[in-house]
Amino acid sequence: MRKIILILIISSAFVVSVNAAIVVYQFDNESQQQRFNDLSDQLRCPMCLNSNLSGSDAPIAADLRAEIYEQIIDGRSNDEIIDFLTQRYGDFINYRPPLNSGTFLLWFGPLFLLLAGIFIVWRIGKNSQKLQPLELSSEEQKKLNTLLENKK
Amino acid sequence: MNKRALLIIPGVFFMLMLGLLLFGLGRNPSMVPSALTNRPLPEFSLPSLNYGSIQDISQVSTEDLKGGISIINFWATWCPPCHIEHPYLVEISEREQELTFIGVNYKDDLDEARLFLEEKGSPFEKVIIDLNGRLGIDFGLAGAPETFIVDSAGIIRYRHVGVINHQIWEETFEPVISRIN
Repeated sequence: MRKIILILIISSAFVVSVNAAIVVYQFDNESQQQRFNDLSDQLRCPMCLNSNLSGSDAPIAADLRAEIYEQIIDGRSNDEIIDFLTQRYGDFINYRPPLNSGTFLLWFGPLFLLLAGIFIVWRIGKNSQKLQPLELSSEEQKKLNTLLENKK
Repeated sequence: MNKRALLIIPGVFFMLMLGLLLFGLGRNPSMVPSALTNRPLPEFSLPSLNYGSIQDISQVSTEDLKGGISIINFWATWCPPCHIEHPYLVEISEREQELTFIGVNYKDDLDEARLFLEEKGSPFEKVIIDLNGRLGIDFGLAGAPETFIVDSAGIIRYRHVGVINHQIWEETFEPVISRIN
């Protein structure tokens, strides 16, 4: 019996430590909660590069989520929070970066490639039309007929 | 446009893609450009760590870092790469007397940090305590170790992510430092 109680006590310690690792943020209202979720989905983890803040286990992602939480509670707007992080981490932090000279290629590169592809397909199509057989003149038709006749 | 000229297009396109991919291959994807390069140091005032013979625990602020070139190194005892670069930092700080080495103990256990520096020697003139990682966020830090070169006017000139070793010091730090001088 003692052993069982001891095991229960020891295992309860692990339960506590697991719960402590998950940070639950308390918001005043639902719109704050929604903004927090949106921001941590839209902003990128600076450590892991291919994941957003909400999907990252990196310590810095947890710190940045805490920072966003505090700024929301302080009454800062989404733009102010994004500005705060962009000043420190650059446009890189934002999965929806603003349009400027540095991000121009990022925004319009795919469109440019699509247009280039359409242009190439169009040119190829136009060229293959040129290869269609031409109408024979009456003289050429006669010549062809005699050639075919002779073959028989 | 004749047919010959048209045939060049895929070739040119292929070369462009090849160039782009080769360029990308040679780049380190974790080398994210720092937003703080050529910008002034963030404003801060934080306590410094006392260890060994250094018992001064006065606040360190942005102003204290101006006046000479400083190397600001974010480190922690929980960070294995920091252990790897430590002996090398000690070695360069002894060699490069004109540089001021400032450590930032990043989200660490202070007793372990003291023990670490007392046992392995310290490359730092001062160690700033960043207990909650706020200074790290102001520096645009992704993790430890990271090292910044700051000029005498307090402008950040370079950010290095990851371990410092012989080769990295000679190939990236030395050129930046001699350019500032």
